Amino acid sequence: MFEEVASTEQGDLVINIGPQHPATHGVLHLVITLNGETVKKVEPHLGYIHRSIEKMCESLSYRQFIYVTSRMDYLSSHINNHGCAMLVEKALQIEIPSRAQYIRVIMDELTRLASHQLWWGAMAMDIGALTPFFLAFREREMITDIMEETCGARLTMNYMVPGGIMYDIHPDFCKKVKEFIKHFRSKIDEYDELLTGNIIFQNRMKGIGILSKEDAISYGCSGPTARASGVSCDVRKIYPYEIYDQLKFDEVLATEGDSFARYQVRLVEMHQSMNIIEQLIDNIPEGEIQAKTKAVLKLPKGEFYTRIETARGEFGIYVVSEGGTTPYRIKFRSPGFSNLSALDHIVRGHKIGDMVAIMGTLDLVIPDIDR
Amino acid sequence: MFSLSHITDLVNAWLYQQFPPTLALLLQFVIVGILVITLFSILGLVLIMMERRVAAWMQLRLGPNRVGPRGMFQTVADTVKLIMKEGMTPNGADKLMFNLAPYIVMMVSMVIMAPLMFADGFQIWDINIGVFFITAISSVSVIGILMAGWASNNKYSLLGAMRSGAQIVSYELSAGLSIITIVILTGSLQVSEIIAAQQTGWWIFKGHIPVLISFVIFIIAVTAETNRAPFDLAEAESELTAGFHTEYSGMKFALFFLAEYVNIFVVCAIGATLFLGGWMPFHIGSWESFNHIMDYIPSSVWFFGKTFFLIFVIMWFRWTFPRLRIDQLLNLEWKYLLPISMFNLILVTLMAIMGWHF
Repeated sequence: MFEEVASTEQGDLVINIGPQHPATHGVLHLVITLNGETVKKVEPHLGYIHRSIEKMCESLSYRQFIYVTSRMDYLSSHINNHGCAMLVEKALQIEIPSRAQYIRVIMDELTRLASHQLWWGAMAMDIGALTPFFLAFREREMITDIMEETCGARLTMNYMVPGGIMYDIHPDFCKKVKEFIKHFRSKIDEYDELLTGNIIFQNRMKGIGILSKEDAISYGCSGPTARASGVSCDVRKIYPYEIYDQLKFDEVLATEGDSFARYQVRLVEMHQSMNIIEQLIDNIPEGEIQAKTKAVLKLPKGEFYTRIETARGEFGIYVVSEGGTTPYRIKFRSPGFSNLSALDHIVRGHKIGDMVAIMGTLDLVIPDIDR
Repeated sequence: MFSLSHITDLVNAWLYQQFPPTLALLLQFVIVGILVITLFSILGLVLIMMERRVAAWMQLRLGPNRVGPRGMFQTVADTVKLIMKEGMTPNGADKLMFNLAPYIVMMVSMVIMAPLMFADGFQIWDINIGVFFITAISSVSVIGILMAGWASNNKYSLLGAMRSGAQIVSYELSAGLSIITIVILTGSLQVSEIIAAQQTGWWIFKGHIPVLISFVIFIIAVTAETNRAPFDLAEAESELTAGFHTEYSGMKFALFFLAEYVNIFVVCAIGATLFLGGWMPFHIGSWESFNHIMDYIPSSVWFFGKTFFLIFVIMWFRWTFPRLRIDQLLNLEWKYLLPISMFNLILVTLMAIMGWHF
């Protein structure tokens, strides 16, 4: 499966894209070898935003380390927190009240919606359409407002605690979420009108950057990127957590594996997320929002692993505990890292413009890759 | 009606009365030069403001609204900032070419204004090969862009300049062929005669479908020629940061920027002159009273109205469409637009010979 390493010949142009470049959405550094306009090789260089979060977690207690993960994939910070909280609950066998479960799932799906909206705008900007970004932010603003009201923050919400959620939802929460869903359902068609149906957009997307099913599996891709290649990998379906097993929603799959399939999968996922929220928002049960936990959490000796479906794919948390109040070792499996590794493979032979478009459809968040 | 030719004639007569002919001619050059430079900067300010307003309107924003009444002086403030910035020349750059390039691009867009007829009787130079002059001069701007890209000693600039070269040279063919259709119908290259031929109706109405086709091709081709989105590959922001002017800063960058907007104005003015009748008012057949009312609108208003309508269309493109890829861009020209415009040219020629147009 290893590809022949493309050698740099006379006349090839080696260009640094990044670490400061509008196409990389962060401090990713790509060294690309070009033959004219055709990409021969892409080498991602990481480490520009490495904050050693894994090491930092080793000195934080099991209540504290959750909130550091907000700074990894900042667009699905809620879901990252959720995964970490789930790991602690699993290790300590804490039962979570069902009200907390419902709210957690609603919050996760709202985060997924917000993340996909931002991706939609940013990807459109990568292929040169600037207006979609503002349309996407118009709707995303409503979600961040809802988040701000309930969690007190707009981006890194820090709302999950081991055993439930930090505080109860705002009295207006349900009303606002319903308003948002109604509004977004009427506006998501605009997304299709402006971008999806555009002939230039379709020519830029269809048949470009094909990632086959085998490659998607061997590169460890996950999330919408892998599902567009036909890999069934939705953690919410395969290893259901919280109340996902009681919900009716489809795992969105496509078989083409090209940029357009990745685009479509994310758009349909937005509809699915809205379906999930609609199923839950009217039936949030009354009751506690937190299970009773000890003030100081100590995980039993052993190794623990949890996975959760973020907006980008499978986020895994692996903790080795020696029985103390802090983890002995923590390892995060971030979806962006594996998805980025497939970039070189699918970009070879395409033009620079396509490389930027493909990178847009992979939906990379650089702090998630570097950690 | 209101003809600016009275004023120009008056000035002309006065100059020749007061001064010897050579000096009078020289003074006329100076006056025209000052006028063109003034127009250049005013157009730059107005068009950049218009671009921001149009963009804001399409993107659910307010746009500039802080500096001056309704943000009118935002562009002035930006210009002041750009003038005060240091004009950097990067290490390893070809200093002469690097510093010359923005002036070449700017001069081209100034010179190209010469044969344009801004209103009835208001024209700098009614040269008998006006349209040919425009196409010839506009091809020079690609040299400035190539120089800028090559001299910058930057790989992004180089790629952007090469893209731009391929693009402008290709799309000039289609633009030229669509201009020729009107030249064939009119039988003259002189701008004033082309406008005079549209007294009975604009070519877009008189010329049936072939002229409509060449109008559409002309708009597409000039959008590409001015490096505007969706054909802005030369400065593709998400791919090449800023393309050929990546290394430029301060006033040198501003010259590129201004030249881009003035170029848009010029190509739209040419489009309005050739297809939409220049300063000719809109007339409908034998509706005498209607035509009479239309005649009362000053000719400059007609000209600028049509031109700004076309500019708006081109801005509309920019804020709606995604960017093409370089191979798609060249395919569009060589495989679609060029064959269509060649076939269209034959149709128009046939039409002109048989006299089928109105």
